Amino acid sequence: MSDAPPVAARGLVKRYGKILAVDHVDLTVEPGDVFGYLGPNGAGKTTSLRMMLGLIRPTEGSVSLFGRDPIDRGAKALDGVGGFVEAPLFYPYLSGRKNLRLLADYDGGGSRLRIEELLELVELRDRGADKVGGYSHGMRQRLGIAASLLRNPRLLLLDEPTTGLDPAGMRDMRDLVRRLASEGLTVLLSSHLLYEVEELCNRVAIIRKGRIVYEGTLRDLLATAATEYRLRTTELERTRMICLAQPGIDEVSVADGELRFQADEETVAALSVALGQARIGITTLAPERASLEELFLGMTEGESDGEQPAREEVA
Amino acid sequence: MTAVYRWELVKLLAQKRTYLGLGAAMLIPLIFVIVLVLKAGGGPNDVPLGRYIRDTGLAVPFVALFFMSFWAFPLITALVAGDVVAAESHNGTLKTILTRSRERGQVFVGKVLATFTYTITVVVAMATVGLVAGSIAWGFNPLTSLSGTKVSAGHGLGLLAGSIAVYLLPLSGIAAFALMLSTVTRNSAASVVGALMWALMMQLLTVLPGLEGIRPYVLATQFDAWHGFLRVPADWAPVVRAAWVCAIYTLVPLTVAYVVFLRRDVTED
Repeated sequence: MSDAPPVAARGLVKRYGKILAVDHVDLTVEPGDVFGYLGPNGAGKTTSLRMMLGLIRPTEGSVSLFGRDPIDRGAKALDGVGGFVEAPLFYPYLSGRKNLRLLADYDGGGSRLRIEELLELVELRDRGADKVGGYSHGMRQRLGIAASLLRNPRLLLLDEPTTGLDPAGMRDMRDLVRRLASEGLTVLLSSHLLYEVEELCNRVAIIRKGRIVYEGTLRDLLATAATEYRLRTTELERTRMICLAQPGIDEVSVADGELRFQADEETVAALSVALGQARIGITTLAPERASLEELFLGMTEGESDGEQPAREEVA
Repeated sequence: MTAVYRWELVKLLAQKRTYLGLGAAMLIPLIFVIVLVLKAGGGPNDVPLGRYIRDTGLAVPFVALFFMSFWAFPLITALVAGDVVAAESHNGTLKTILTRSRERGQVFVGKVLATFTYTITVVVAMATVGLVAGSIAWGFNPLTSLSGTKVSAGHGLGLLAGSIAVYLLPLSGIAAFALMLSTVTRNSAASVVGALMWALMMQLLTVLPGLEGIRPYVLATQFDAWHGFLRVPADWAPVVRAAWVCAIYTLVPLTVAYVVFLRRDVTED
């Protein structure tokens, strides 16, 4: 088995005329990762995934799955890879079971024996004989997962798998992804839902207007944020003056009888000593870490919510 | 390859437009026979074998081949050939099958073979219905050739099979053109209408004055190549010409479609 990572994108660019949908994306998904590909709608996630699956050609750069480039190697590059981009789509005039049979035959036929087991897994066995045209969105999403697992993949690429599902469907889908990951599958999960990524993923890449603005662990991402402190004392105004005089504190705001400022731990320790020496009593001194959501919004601020391609290139 | 081809046929069999085309191909000769039976005398005297239509049911498929070459068969063929790739693009199922273990080239060839299978089926179905309905109405009697000599019914059946084979050559050209439009435009309606327009334009080139020089090489002219079989002795020249002319009209659009299919970006339309 190759030591190459499940996904490695290097300098990936996709340009549609003047529109730069994906802008020099570099990312690596390691074996066993549940990798969150996070970004607002239209940021370039789906376009990146399409390039990873060989559905569209990169304008520049390359992508490899277990060391194989889908553009050079064609379908062979997708051995051991399952998944879908945007909503999984099937032949509406064929039954769910027949759709899976078709896909099993497209994979060589060997996986036909797994169809019933997978229909059971995604709770569609009772509806397997019904035409897909009559399926709900959630049922199609689940059939999409079954179709992906039919290939017995080592890598699963899922594009917004919970989009359009009701809360129970979202929970079930997340449980399924968690279960598959616990069985050793590497998962690349694109999403615009922060809590979903926070709940499922160990590593993330955040994409904004076609560009990766962060790649790493969630813990490291949180650590990059400066910590804000809340301070309540017996003498508000004098405290404020001492804070402003303290090296390492640039700005202090006052609201609801308390002060707020950003500082590192060393500065805060020195501040508490200074307040003690000034005989000011501290009633509250509490750190407030930025949430992942605040960091995400900060990184992707100004992003449109529409489906327009990521960014227009400046001529 | 076999699996792709087989599933393409399954998909065709599950779609209404397949039966629409097949039904039309079978209905036209049936209506033709019923109208002639109800009408006491007369017939299509100015078309090949038209004057002998009441002599034998064998003449019916030949006359129908002639009439249906103008727009009926081009439309019936384009109905499926123009949809075979475009529908998958439109429904988003192309991405579903192109992320499995088959190469794009295999998927394309499977689609081409299924399209040609349908084309052959509709022509054979039309001929069968015409032959059976005509034989019920007027009997399965010897056929009068275009040279005026009588050929036995059994021999006439062989001539019909040969004529269908030659007739399928220009029809393949139309199927290939529709398939190319289907691949390039990704729009089913545009491909069907475009292919029909192409066929009608070819017909126009056979009647416009001043174009006599190119007429033997126009696709529509090849729809008459089967007349060569119905002469005694058989005239092979139009058949041979149809073979190579239609090969060009078929292979060029198929090559364009193949290259586009292999290189295209698969996105939602």
